[in-house]
Amino acid sequence: MADPAANLARVSHLRPVPDPKPPPRPSEPGRRPEPTIPELERWATVLRGECVRMLAVAKSGHLDSSLSAADIVTALYYRVLRHDPARPGWPERDRFVLCKGHAAPIQYASLAHHGYFPLGDLMGLRQIGSQLQGHPDMTRTPGVEVSTGSLGQGLSMCVGICLALRLDGLDGTAQVFGLLSDGDCQEGQTWEAATTAVHFGLTNLTAIVDYNHLQTDGTTEEVMDVGDLRAKFESFGWDAVEIDGHDMAAVVDALERSRALERPAAIIGQTRKGRGVSFMEGRFGFHGKPPTPEQAADALAELEAKLEEQTRALQAAGEER
Amino acid sequence: MPAEAKREPIATRHAYGDALVELGEHDEAVVALDADLAVSTQSIKFGNRFPDRFFNCGAAEANMMSIACGLAATGKRPFCSTFAIFAAGRAYDQVRLGIAHNELPIVIGASHGGVSLGEDGASHQMIEDIALMRALPRMRVVVPADYNQASRATIDAYESAAPTYLRFGRPSTPIVYDEIPETLGSGIDVLRTGKDITLVATGHMVWRALDAAEALAHDDGVEAEVLNVARVKPLDAETVLESLSKTGVAVTAEEHRVVGGLADAVREVAAEQHPVPIFAVGMGDEFGVSGTGEACMEHFGLTARGIADRAREALVLKPIVSRPPLFGPEWT
Repeated sequence: MADPAANLARVSHLRPVPDPKPPPRPSEPGRRPEPTIPELERWATVLRGECVRMLAVAKSGHLDSSLSAADIVTALYYRVLRHDPARPGWPERDRFVLCKGHAAPIQYASLAHHGYFPLGDLMGLRQIGSQLQGHPDMTRTPGVEVSTGSLGQGLSMCVGICLALRLDGLDGTAQVFGLLSDGDCQEGQTWEAATTAVHFGLTNLTAIVDYNHLQTDGTTEEVMDVGDLRAKFESFGWDAVEIDGHDMAAVVDALERSRALERPAAIIGQTRKGRGVSFMEGRFGFHGKPPTPEQAADALAELEAKLEEQTRALQAAGEER
Repeated sequence: MPAEAKREPIATRHAYGDALVELGEHDEAVVALDADLAVSTQSIKFGNRFPDRFFNCGAAEANMMSIACGLAATGKRPFCSTFAIFAAGRAYDQVRLGIAHNELPIVIGASHGGVSLGEDGASHQMIEDIALMRALPRMRVVVPADYNQASRATIDAYESAAPTYLRFGRPSTPIVYDEIPETLGSGIDVLRTGKDITLVATGHMVWRALDAAEALAHDDGVEAEVLNVARVKPLDAETVLESLSKTGVAVTAEEHRVVGGLADAVREVAAEQHPVPIFAVGMGDEFGVSGTGEACMEHFGLTARGIADRAREALVLKPIVSRPPLFGPEWT
């Protein structure tokens, strides 16, 4: 069995990102705390730090793909999703499907900070005996709706969830959010699912693309250009908007707006791979490569500085108020 | 609950369609999906009866399997049907991750298995699906012998709530079971007892194996035991070993590649626990061809005569290679 404490000791030379505030109370239906945009931005930094530490311990995984998705995933778990960690099976909850399953660390960090499982478990990532598999596994991890990791399948699974919710009369309350990657959009099955979603008249499906323009073998444009994804989704009959996937206010607005739409909604989030760690950001060569201990230390120093800055700004704003 | 038993030859896929309607009446959570083959697979019967719970996904089988995963993860009981070639071949990865890995209660109704679908030829004749599905952890593989057993198999798949691959056929086939059996039992039924040789058959080859046993008795005075393996995985090893230890030689018969199919399933058990000669009737290292269904079966020797001839070869070899059992059946 993986011993999270022993794993923590293995990275004691890395400066952990402190968690200066306790995690927010679990969202309750009808009475949900609404973190402000600066608070969400600060949480994104906390989660990014968790990803760096998890990957440094695991010595395996996809860090840059997790970092590009961090702002979108934070907006979802901390503000947009109606969910209850005490009741992962609550039938009326919103569903989140990480179609780009390789970004599992950012989802695990969000789940742990919401109390789906202990924070210390994060350090067991990708190790024997851990519930945190390399890619999300619904049979092992609380809060994971369906297993993903094989690109292209996620959006179809979202369609299936939407259909089931409709049969249960819950499509008016529960929204299904799927987070896709550039790679997902290279898979033909994603477009089968996009066709199906419109044909079946789904009203509670939101697909967010973490369009970070980098994949294993090079830039997405070099490897297999997926082009104008907004136009592609629109041509399939979806409502589609394009936003800066790191602009927290824009991300929250787009996600909330999609909930009100009466047809499938696509949000193309223009992002940068490795966002938040400057030596990694937008640079090719980090996909699927864990950080070296030195890189991890540098990344954590940068994220910690950012966190201190964000925390100070929040405190100052609080005093003004 | 099961529908009426049939007496005249009829295709096993019709049992799927009929049982599906029964299950739909019984449980509102039952939903059916198809990929533009609803008439062929007979899921159309469910679609006509419960249009709100029927999802035709068009010619996009991979998408269909993943949609079923989402439905099952949200409490539904999906039945997905299409041709075996697409269910097990095209959508393998989707079946693997979304259905088998998650151990979701999803039933795959794969019709038109084997070469007996006939004229469409090699592109549509699925002869590797039992091997592919048998290789998947947590997946059950069931190949019923006739309409009546297929009806039970469909209901059994629902009741088991386990990921299940059901293989059905296109052509009308003779009735083997007079009534709809109460249960699939261990997955193997001994349809005829005998002491000289074991004929292990599945699906469309079961009635042919019974005919072969009759011919062997009549022409050669050989008493053949006939086993109908409806559930190929998990395999009831005990019944296989019990028969092998009695007869000391066997012929398997399947409308499928012998590699990874019933032949290998039986040989795996025998090789480990009771090695005896096991000959196989099935598809070799070859693809199917166009022709009428029956002509295709003839072409590849998938006939009662093919089984009987193979049995005669095996019986020649039996005194040379067989020896007293190393372990009795009680050993298992």
